[in-house]
Amino acid sequence: MSKLAEYEGPILEIDKLSISFFTRLREIPAVMDFSCVVQPGEAMGLVGESGCGKSTVALGVMQDLGVNGHIVGGSIKFKGRDLGEMSADELRGIRGNEIAMIYQEPMASLNPAMKVGRQLMEVPMIHEGISESDAYQRALEVVTDVKLPDPERILKSYPHQLSGGQQQRIVIAMALMSKPSLLILDEPTTALDVTVEAAVVDLVKDLGKKYGTSMLFISHNLGLVLETCDRICVMYSGEAVETGSIKDVFDKMQHPYTQALFRSIPLPGTDKNAHPLVAIPGNFPLPHERPPGCNFGPRCDYFREGLCDIDQRVPMADIPGDDRHRSRCLRIDEIDWNAPVAASIKTAKTEPGDVILKMDKLKKYYEVAANALFGGGGATKVVKANEELTFEARESETLAIVGESGCGKSTFAKVLMGLETATEGQILLDNKNIESTPIQKRDTKTVADVQMVFQNPFDTLNPSMTVGRQIMRALEVFGIGKTDGDRRKRMLELLDLVKLPRAFADRMPRQLSGGQKQRVGIARAFAGGARIVVADEPVSALDVSVQAAVTDLLMEIQRENKTTLLFISHDLSIVRYLSDRVMVMYLGHVVELGTTDQVFAPPYHPYTEALLSAVPIADTRVEKQHIVLEGDIPSAMNPPPGCPFQTRCRWKDQVPGGLCEKEVPPQRSMADGHQIKCHLAQDILERMEPVIKVAAE
Amino acid sequence: MGLFILRRTGLMLLTCLCLTFVVFFLTNLYPNLEKLAKSQGNVRMTDAQVASWLENRGYDRPMPVKYGEWLGVVPGWTYQNQDGDTLGRCVSITRDAETAPRFCGVLQGWWGQSTVFKEPVASVVGDKLGLTGRLMFWVMLLMVPSALVLGVLAGMREGSTTDRTLSTFAITTTATPEYVSGVILIAVFTSSAVGLKWFKGTATSAMDNPTFENFFLPVLTIALYGMGYIARMTRASMAEVMTAQYVRTARLKGVSFPNIVMKHALRNALIAPFTVIMLQFPWLLNGVVIVETLFNYKGFGWTLVQAAGNNDIELLLGVSVVSVIVVLVTQLISDIGYVYLNPRISVT
Amino acid sequence: MEPLTWTGSLGNILDPILFVLVPVFLALIVLRIAVSVLLPAPTMHTNPDGTLSATSGGPAVLVPKMGNWTGLGLLALVLTYLIAGAIMGATGAGIIGGMSQQLVPVWIALVVLFALSINFKRKLGLYGKLFDSTIGMIGFGLVMFWVFTGLFAGFDMLLTHGALDQLSGMKNKGPGTPLRSPEDGQFQWYLLGGDTLARDVFSRMLKGSTVVIAIAPLATLFAFMVGITLGLPAGYYGGKLDTFLSFLANLILAFPVILLFYLLVTPEIAATGLPQFMAVALFIFPLIFCAVLINARYRGQPSKNWTYLAIVLVPLFLLYMSVINAQNSKIDFWPLDFFDIPSGILVVFVSVVFVNSPTVFRIVRGLTMDIKTRDYVAAAQTRGEGPWYIMLWEILPNARGPLIVDFCLRIGYTTILLGTLGFFGLGLPPASPDWGSTINEGRKLLSIYLHPALPPAIALLSLVLGLNLLADGLREESLKD
Repeated sequence: MSKLAEYEGPILEIDKLSISFFTRLREIPAVMDFSCVVQPGEAMGLVGESGCGKSTVALGVMQDLGVNGHIVGGSIKFKGRDLGEMSADELRGIRGNEIAMIYQEPMASLNPAMKVGRQLMEVPMIHEGISESDAYQRALEVVTDVKLPDPERILKSYPHQLSGGQQQRIVIAMALMSKPSLLILDEPTTALDVTVEAAVVDLVKDLGKKYGTSMLFISHNLGLVLETCDRICVMYSGEAVETGSIKDVFDKMQHPYTQALFRSIPLPGTDKNAHPLVAIPGNFPLPHERPPGCNFGPRCDYFREGLCDIDQRVPMADIPGDDRHRSRCLRIDEIDWNAPVAASIKTAKTEPGDVILKMDKLKKYYEVAANALFGGGGATKVVKANEELTFEARESETLAIVGESGCGKSTFAKVLMGLETATEGQILLDNKNIESTPIQKRDTKTVADVQMVFQNPFDTLNPSMTVGRQIMRALEVFGIGKTDGDRRKRMLELLDLVKLPRAFADRMPRQLSGGQKQRVGIARAFAGGARIVVADEPVSALDVSVQAAVTDLLMEIQRENKTTLLFISHDLSIVRYLSDRVMVMYLGHVVELGTTDQVFAPPYHPYTEALLSAVPIADTRVEKQHIVLEGDIPSAMNPPPGCPFQTRCRWKDQVPGGLCEKEVPPQRSMADGHQIKCHLAQDILERMEPVIKVAAE
Repeated sequence: MGLFILRRTGLMLLTCLCLTFVVFFLTNLYPNLEKLAKSQGNVRMTDAQVASWLENRGYDRPMPVKYGEWLGVVPGWTYQNQDGDTLGRCVSITRDAETAPRFCGVLQGWWGQSTVFKEPVASVVGDKLGLTGRLMFWVMLLMVPSALVLGVLAGMREGSTTDRTLSTFAITTTATPEYVSGVILIAVFTSSAVGLKWFKGTATSAMDNPTFENFFLPVLTIALYGMGYIARMTRASMAEVMTAQYVRTARLKGVSFPNIVMKHALRNALIAPFTVIMLQFPWLLNGVVIVETLFNYKGFGWTLVQAAGNNDIELLLGVSVVSVIVVLVTQLISDIGYVYLNPRISVT
Repeated sequence: MEPLTWTGSLGNILDPILFVLVPVFLALIVLRIAVSVLLPAPTMHTNPDGTLSATSGGPAVLVPKMGNWTGLGLLALVLTYLIAGAIMGATGAGIIGGMSQQLVPVWIALVVLFALSINFKRKLGLYGKLFDSTIGMIGFGLVMFWVFTGLFAGFDMLLTHGALDQLSGMKNKGPGTPLRSPEDGQFQWYLLGGDTLARDVFSRMLKGSTVVIAIAPLATLFAFMVGITLGLPAGYYGGKLDTFLSFLANLILAFPVILLFYLLVTPEIAATGLPQFMAVALFIFPLIFCAVLINARYRGQPSKNWTYLAIVLVPLFLLYMSVINAQNSKIDFWPLDFFDIPSGILVVFVSVVFVNSPTVFRIVRGLTMDIKTRDYVAAAQTRGEGPWYIMLWEILPNARGPLIVDFCLRIGYTTILLGTLGFFGLGLPPASPDWGSTINEGRKLLSIYLHPALPPAIALLSLVLGLNLLADGLREESLKD
């Protein structure tokens, strides 16, 4: 099948699109009155929190809404032709050929039982009817284009034999096989590590230019959209609330939601004491519980009764003077968009107290069976999860532990908690050794002192026990309160502490939203008056607007209780915002350790440098040095010899004598507690330039 | 891989040892021996007569010794009767005390003598196994393809009319044990009361000369019960695969529906049912016993019933060894086959 | 007296309708499959009230609609047969009417149960949700029909004659045959005929359900107790314990079920006391389970702990001792023996539990291995909970969905096993009216007389089918959360 005839005009025109899902009980509108236009070669970013309908728009364009989803109004035109009026055959000719799609989970979107090559070759063979050998040539070409090493071997492998980053490159290659005019990317990098994500985003940008493809880029990450797109459309609860060019929307936002969104993400310049984040109050409305009038009304600072809550759709209004900049707000002209943040409460910086936790040359090695299915034959491998961790943590200090998957941060947490025992070295809690005491042998006080907040809000609470009982159980275990009555009283106080209504005590976890569950998790961790709390990516699975609220809550409780917070994260923006000191880990090694200012300014460890460059920042004033790491993170089962980072380091050739491949670098003290594990000479380190520069206002 | 098979074989031997010992233990409990004596000798034997009958035939010694004899690691018993003749475990093979070997057990290839059939166990089991093998062959030939087709058709479009009808059919067959479906089939197709008389109600003649008329009903009876189960597994697996992300990818690549089913979904969907089919083998043994009894087809299952009903110890041991090996070998094959079907698990 | 026809005078009007509706219905089903395979799905449009319906016209819409109407018509017809039959009785509405009238207590119980359940379904959790699924409701209806029948028949209600009564002249007589010389107050017909020993097939079938209803759920419950108590630690700890327990489970699973039954369920084995010893081992598991359950939860509060333990364990222990202790058997020393279980029943019970528990073990083990990686388990570990608390209070409640579904399926499987035992004449007493034995007796003359074998066969089929449908409905509804 050949391409549609050449068409002058927009590639994609979505006009007043409404999509609903139908259940047995009711109609659930997922997208309402959505319009947007994508011009040839243009990249359009679609941003919003989960449940706002951005993925539904993408599936609507593909006309693949499933049995229950239906377009109930408006039209989607592709190159001038209405997709809704096409027959199944015509649609099949367009899918994969003219419009291609890339999804979030690369592993899930590749057929596990089919070789990568076959999956790629299938596309042009269906659409262009070319021969198998031609298709193979094409596949080879495209795989080379997506910068995969050894394309022929890759084409012969099964998806599971590739790493996550390579799989996503294959998915991209598959989408480009027939040189489509429109590429839809649905959160294409969410499942990847930060440095891998940066490389993939870079690739998509380049290829978009090379092939002249228009893009619809769906993401929840404003920074990523800033880096990839020309135009942006912000969605909230099924509606587009603001759309325009990147510059207009980022710098001259004209909708309260967009503004609130930007105020709730940690940009350079925010600080937990001087410029704290402003969380958006309230919760995201469920699709069938939307308020009358403006959907954002109940959470809006500029809400006006009698205007914003009249049961009538708020129309999109053009912003005069800007290029196709539109906003869905009734009070655009009345609001002073440049007014400074009013509600921010400044707090005094707390001074760290005594050292309460000390790690000394902590090592944790695992033995794993070399072969999972037929294993047990004696062959085992040693995984060096942690190598020589040495640091101290003080009272009311926030120490951030930063690293990507496989860096050993979770193993470290397990050893500290006592779920595993250390292989070597020591952990001193109040000068008592606890490294080889498993949790069952620890006394109640120690257990209550060291607690944890988990990453996944949907997994952190037992689904079949009420919220109240779970907290009361923790109190019972920690020996707090004499009777059930006492404990119930204390439990209600804890709910107050995490700002949840007391009525939640009798709810089941499934009746709570992600942010609320995470609050319960925090309440549970503080039940026994914890002095050290390990927070394992506590907000990374939450929506942006909720993240700020949960982070602030955590900070507030920490301030009041003088808790030591070990904040595990891969997100450098949030780390910079809230931590006092930062520890960067890579493949079990601590590569850099210092105060936040020291780590975020040169001299860097080469890995920190790359990490900083990789994190997308949603601020047009920021200029970043462009550093893209080659390849993937090596497996902890099979680490490279010498320096763990040497396989991807861009400074490696500056070290004479191939020292990097032979020896693990020593921990070097730079200034005042700042440590870097690197072979680079002092003068080279000092010559490094800052990665992030904020342009002067 | 070789090591894996070796380990599994070792495990299999251990399982066989454990299970045969259990069988040995149960069949050699005194009440069972007494029953054996009375059924072989005389129903009205006195306790003393029973005791001497057992003594004459070597049944009265400690259980581990007897088990060792059966295995062939302990010398076979001998007994001198009043006439001066030497009787013994191994003597019965050669009928001559002089030339009889000292050890005669499984290790030496002697599986013992069946007390019911008055024949060596090995030949009884061999004959009957052949007959049952023929039955199983046709059962598999009927059951597996139809179950897979049924499951794939139903799972292809979950929730459709086809799915609901076929699923109801599959559930009904799994809810119908062989002794119910067999009785209903016999009633409908062979009885003079209904009058169809399409098939024969017994399969005795099929032992020598299997025809469609005398062999189809027993095959169908076993196949029906297993079919529903496999079909449901296939359906569940197929339905899951059809909602998988990579099927959506294929759909949005522009692959047509028949190609999605054939090229993308089928192989992935068949991984789970394969294991089920292999594990179905031992399960079918139940059906075989029932159906062979019901249709009077004197195969392996029928032999099992005869041996168990008459406490024919050595035949029972032989039968259990065979069935245990069948079970374990199919498990082994299912594990290995799973690896080859599923590229995600590597053998190395 | 004239023998009864199947539908009596009711049939004059209704039978012709039935003979038309059934073939039409079947044809429509076939047609519907053909249509759904061959024609594209009908286009949908939305209604103002927010529901969805197919655009009218075309066979793709028409055929399913007609199919539904005919189905409803059939259902109405069957209900008419039953309701009119229940009112008119055997004299007016033939055999069907007679049976329906005998079963009136069951109908009342079913109607009350369904009315209550549907009324309060929003408050009843998973059980209530069952009434959202048609399949689930049909299954539950079938199961509860036999539960009520078994219950009432256990108190000798519903029966027209005694299950063991032999009446002269009724040998192998067909359905609806009147008694030769009915006494006063005696039911005048054998509704489903007489068997080779001139006993009433209908009454025996009803009475047989009591055996199944009494043994199958209880045996399954015990198998679950054993499987859960062993499967949880095997899955949770892994390692050597897991290897050993899994080996044992596989050992039992590798054993052909029928061979095991033939070896275990014999009077000779019962005489050795072996079943009793097995009962000692198997029946201790519920005690262990309850003890650990309570102790893990209340360990921190000793006074409460001991109170609850005493309240639960003392009665359970007395029950346990009564069960395993029997007069004039190998275990006969306990003075407080409240009842004896007949050795035949005990051996059947023990074997069924023994055969079922390894499968339950494997399911529980797999679920445990899955759930133990969840964060809430890690949270429990980090606050220093004991392993048994985690297994029983954090893991087990969250495995309940699949376990409940499997429980229903397994009762069905146990029913089949009991039937198999009866079919081979193992265990239960020879004159027992249980379905397996009745099928076995009836099959010998199957080519001449159908009526003794078919009713128990269909009864067993419908009960197991009901359990399977119930499990399917439960699975569907529990996945919707």
